[in-house]
Amino acid sequence: MSTPLIEMNNIEKHFGPVIALGGVSFDVMEGECHCLLGDNGAGKSTFIKTMSGVHKPTKGTMKVSGKEITFDSPRDAMENGIATVYQDLAMIPLMSVTRNFWMGREPRKSFGPFKWIDFDQANSVTLNEMARMGINLREPEQAVGTLSGGERQTVAIARAVYFGAKVLILDEPTSALGVRQTSNVLATIDRVRKSGIGVIFITHNVRHAMAVGDRFTVLNRGQTHGTAKRGEIKPEELQDLMAGGQELAELEGSLGGTI
Amino acid sequence: MTDERLKQVSTLRRAMIRPELGAICGTILVFVFFFMIAGDSGMFSPEGVQNWGVVSAQFAIIAVGACLLMIAGEFDLSVGSMIGFAGVVIAILSVHLGWPVWLSIIAAFIVCVALGALNGFLVIKTGLPSFIVTLAFLYILRGLTIWLSILTTRQTIIGGVKEAAEGDPLAFLFGGVIFKDLFQWFADLGLLDTFTRGSREGQPVVEGLPMLVVWAVVLVIFGHWLLTKTRFGNWIFASGGDAQAARYVGVPVNRVKILMFMFTAFCATVFATCQVMEFGSAAADRGLLKEFEAIICVVIGGALLTGGYGSVIGAALGALIFGVVQQGLFFAGAESSLFRVFLGGILILAVIMNTYIRRMITGER
Repeated sequence: MSTPLIEMNNIEKHFGPVIALGGVSFDVMEGECHCLLGDNGAGKSTFIKTMSGVHKPTKGTMKVSGKEITFDSPRDAMENGIATVYQDLAMIPLMSVTRNFWMGREPRKSFGPFKWIDFDQANSVTLNEMARMGINLREPEQAVGTLSGGERQTVAIARAVYFGAKVLILDEPTSALGVRQTSNVLATIDRVRKSGIGVIFITHNVRHAMAVGDRFTVLNRGQTHGTAKRGEIKPEELQDLMAGGQELAELEGSLGGTI
Repeated sequence: MTDERLKQVSTLRRAMIRPELGAICGTILVFVFFFMIAGDSGMFSPEGVQNWGVVSAQFAIIAVGACLLMIAGEFDLSVGSMIGFAGVVIAILSVHLGWPVWLSIIAAFIVCVALGALNGFLVIKTGLPSFIVTLAFLYILRGLTIWLSILTTRQTIIGGVKEAAEGDPLAFLFGGVIFKDLFQWFADLGLLDTFTRGSREGQPVVEGLPMLVVWAVVLVIFGHWLLTKTRFGNWIFASGGDAQAARYVGVPVNRVKILMFMFTAFCATVFATCQVMEFGSAAADRGLLKEFEAIICVVIGGALLTGGYGSVIGAALGALIFGVVQQGLFFAGAESSLFRVFLGGILILAVIMNTYIRRMITGER
């Protein structure tokens, strides 16, 4: 058993009197997709923000590749190879794909004191990386606003992978997408996982999780209800764990099937 | 494999569909219009061109600052008051306190850019809309300007700067005229009219290229280059487009915004200094409404009021349209109050067209 890429141990996070996370443990291995499931308000967002350096944990330890670490900023986390793709904050629609792709890390050429963005390189890398993810752009200068939701997520994923992410945290990448775009994003996750990157896939959709997940952890009211491997757990059980019990079982009976 | 639903974009369409398209069309329209109604009034003679050229250059100087700031997602309504304030600071220091003019100019720049930084700092720290914070400074600076000017000289117009600035190197940089020999040579060749009598007999009617115009051109080129070609320019777009998304990828949004407030203040001070050097005096009521005129130029130029989108070239064309319309109606002998009607009309037309173009480019709905 190798060391996990990232390991979170008994993480607690308090906001004043509110205990958002009450001792959550979680890890992700190389080349695996670990799904973090939970209903709205379960603490998923707080947890990934802790992992990506936005929040500091009140208690608990974090290890990256076996070494204990604390993050002071999102930038810190990124430098340690942890990249987060936020659902609606992934891209700036008014800007071109290239400008978004390189934002914050623009490649530059210089002449004396003058430095400018090397757009030839930036454009060709963007086109190539997008093609690798299965999206053929018309032109790299087109605005992100002209892309579909799934394609936007893919640009963000391609960007994270290109800049050397070891761990990719995806915050509900499929929740606002149609069926076809969802399958495209899931296929992208699979492609990323096969290249050896650890993927943390946050969702509240059990079917999306079951499609690509290797392991599943359910978060409910700031606590984990254990981690299960693929094949060890049925979708219905995950669903129950997320809802935290019976009410849903009753509902499901009357609605007829998995929600 | 390419997506069969995406049509190939023709080169023409790609060249056409750009943020400044609206302003380009507007410029052409305005020029055609004035060629027709004022073509024989001297508007397009060398003196006429100098007349609206200088006015347009004034607008362009403040529009560049307002443009970059607006793309970074903020407003500065204190530009006009800053112009009055900077001018009075220069005049008080040089005329009243007897400082060398170059030192007074440097001092005005330092004070005003620091005030710009304070504007930015307050906006960032309080999280209030820059509209409110800079509106407060519109009043604070105007009040201070009048008070300072009355306190030191007991009047609101301070003259005597021209005499103090005689031979001053920095004063020339703002109020001087270059290429005099070249223009004289044009005149000798008969390309330019000359004065036929008086003390300036034989000299060309247009003396040379005012430094004000040089400043405008340099600032426009610098602003355009900064915005479209550099990393910092990308950060300006990002800060205005979605500050939170930009922060998540490590863009120093606060620094970008504060620097843009400082740059806007810098542009206002350039404007003020050129004006003081040209008139030889400062007045406490200078720069009234300039903040709105700058914003109008920027919006005609295709920038999005909420930030994240725009063009410096567009803003410069907006300034050109503004200058040509303002002076052109005068040449055409129209009622001067109609200027505002005309301008309002152009503003609405330009914004409608720009919105349409922007939707084509960005896929916004």
